[in-house]
Amino acid sequence: MSERVTFEDIVRDRHIVVCCGTGGVGKTTVAAVFAAEGARRGRNAVVVTIDPAKRLANTLGLEELSNTPHEIDRSRWDPAGSAPAGRLSALMLDTKSTFDDLVATYAADDDQTERILTNRFYRNVSTALSGTQEYMAMEKLYELHEQGGYDLIVVDTPPTRHALDFLDAPRRLTRLLDNRIFRMLMMPTRAYLRVASAAVQRFLRTASKVVGTEVIDDVVAFFRAFEGMEEGFRNRATSVLALLAEPSSSFLVVSSPRRDAVEEAAYFAERLAESDIPVEGLIVNRVHPAFGDERVEELRARAETLAAKRSESVRAAGDGAVSARRLAELYTNLADFRQVAECERHHVAGVKARAGRAAVAFVPYLSRDVYDFDALAEVGRHLFTTTPTAPARAP
Amino acid sequence: MTATLADTAASAGLSVLIVEVEGKSGLAACFGRPPLGYEETELAPRVRGRTLTPDEALVDYLETHGLKRISKRLVRSGALEVVSSAVPGMKDILVLGKVKALDVERAADLIIIDAPAAGHAISFLMSPRGLGDAVRVGPVNKQSTDVVEMLSDPARCQVVLVTVPEETPVNELVETAFQLEDRIGVQLGPVVVNSCYPEPGVPASMEEVRQLADELGVFVSPREARDLVSAAEFLRERYALQQQQADRLAARLPLPQVRLPFLFTAELGPPEIDVLAATFAAQVDALTESSWGRVTVP
Repeated sequence: MSERVTFEDIVRDRHIVVCCGTGGVGKTTVAAVFAAEGARRGRNAVVVTIDPAKRLANTLGLEELSNTPHEIDRSRWDPAGSAPAGRLSALMLDTKSTFDDLVATYAADDDQTERILTNRFYRNVSTALSGTQEYMAMEKLYELHEQGGYDLIVVDTPPTRHALDFLDAPRRLTRLLDNRIFRMLMMPTRAYLRVASAAVQRFLRTASKVVGTEVIDDVVAFFRAFEGMEEGFRNRATSVLALLAEPSSSFLVVSSPRRDAVEEAAYFAERLAESDIPVEGLIVNRVHPAFGDERVEELRARAETLAAKRSESVRAAGDGAVSARRLAELYTNLADFRQVAECERHHVAGVKARAGRAAVAFVPYLSRDVYDFDALAEVGRHLFTTTPTAPARAP
Repeated sequence: MTATLADTAASAGLSVLIVEVEGKSGLAACFGRPPLGYEETELAPRVRGRTLTPDEALVDYLETHGLKRISKRLVRSGALEVVSSAVPGMKDILVLGKVKALDVERAADLIIIDAPAAGHAISFLMSPRGLGDAVRVGPVNKQSTDVVEMLSDPARCQVVLVTVPEETPVNELVETAFQLEDRIGVQLGPVVVNSCYPEPGVPASMEEVRQLADELGVFVSPREARDLVSAAEFLRERYALQQQQADRLAARLPLPQVRLPFLFTAELGPPEIDVLAATFAAQVDALTESSWGRVTVP
């Protein structure tokens, strides 16, 4: 078995880094940390974020959705000017216009683009179909890979109900296009009338009964308008998945130390491994500090002894009662946090064993919220053990 | 939170039905039971639970409306998948429609829907309104109208929003609250702030611990003193951050807040839920004579 990967390997050598995990575990933060670290190590890095917290967005200079990366002034992420000459850019994914651009790319002419963009069904699909955001994140990634000239592309993934959804995302539209019924709808009009008429008509009647004819008309119009484009979309989806499976692409799973989140992360890593996409890094975020190594029971026993002393002291009189209560409180508090820490470490120990050769890091709760470059660098210190002095290896 | 609410209501003598719409939550585990299925199971005295998925809800609906043959064809041909892509919210309306049916037949005194997380919750609850506009005729329209009626009737339905006192969750909650009120006209119950650390004492220092130890004639090693102080400091810092966020929430959202404690124990099981339910009940009593609607969406 080969050696364990390190986060340095990833930030120095990989071309694409995808951060996955369930919502609320700090994925966006981790993505920003990786991109900033890449830049400090001399790489031309870009981070694609999805709905970042406001102050983090401000830090990255993202006031609104954008479709093109925006470069962040070097003095912001490398105030000392000590790093090799890397670059850092960021963008906040605009799902709808990314989709619009994609349509324009594959449409035969402006007329076809126009017919699709104004179709009501298309508007639903491009804004509300579940998985579209994931799909467009992957699409944007591919576009930046093809045209951007970036060494390092870090992608945040949308908070999904099930973290695996995004892998399936590029296939979702093609699956929709592959549906038997819609293939019939897309046949050239005359053939469609002759060959498929009966089956299609029956389906349309049934569907109209449930959702009304207007909706069905929109759907039919959409698929007609889409004619000839599905090949382009299908090829594109295949290319995106092929890119993600390359060894220069790296997947990180971000988790919190809560039992359900850890379970989900392990499950996710195992599913990815089944698709021949090994997870290269596991980051457990917002871990409570350990506060020493004393056993919880002993600390609780001490708190109790002190509480007992307190009742003795009350009889004896004096400040002893106050002091004993105070010290007992401190012991109880330490016992509480030791208990949380033990419990969290117990949950993550199992995952570490299942992580194979992936790098594993624990990022403790910081004493402040993470939203500026200083705080991002502080998180980075828990991931990268060496300082960024060596210039990037040529890709 | 759903479990806490159910436990509270059950203690008050109400029968409760929990509806899980996402699957894979640790809900049943809170009651020490295996995961829920489409068939109702008893989770605790007076508390039952079940899941609801769009496919099952659709078949259910069509069968009770004498359209059994269509239902089979729709599901088999994959048309449901295509139609629900065509009509966003189709799946949500199927689920909410079934909840409405449960409400109408008075399946329990209180029906609690364990709804999706913030972003998804908005589209989940918005779907009937949007659908009613998009599909102007037929059963989907009828269903949407009925569901909107249920959601916007404060006597039948309230939404309980739950968050933790951290920046992003608070922002999401505020946004969700305004959207739900403005766009659906749904009645919001008190906001629940989960995982609040206990109030810390005054700042501690190594010097103080040494003095306390001397005074009480007990031995505290320097390492242990350091751990005591850093744990106390950690609590102070995190507590202050949490306070900031809870205050910010109060400033931006004029709704009563119920704060539930952070639990230091390993797992969330029946005893922990009882503790939370007691805290919750005490705070809600203090707020008002709150009259819960029959359908509550935490």
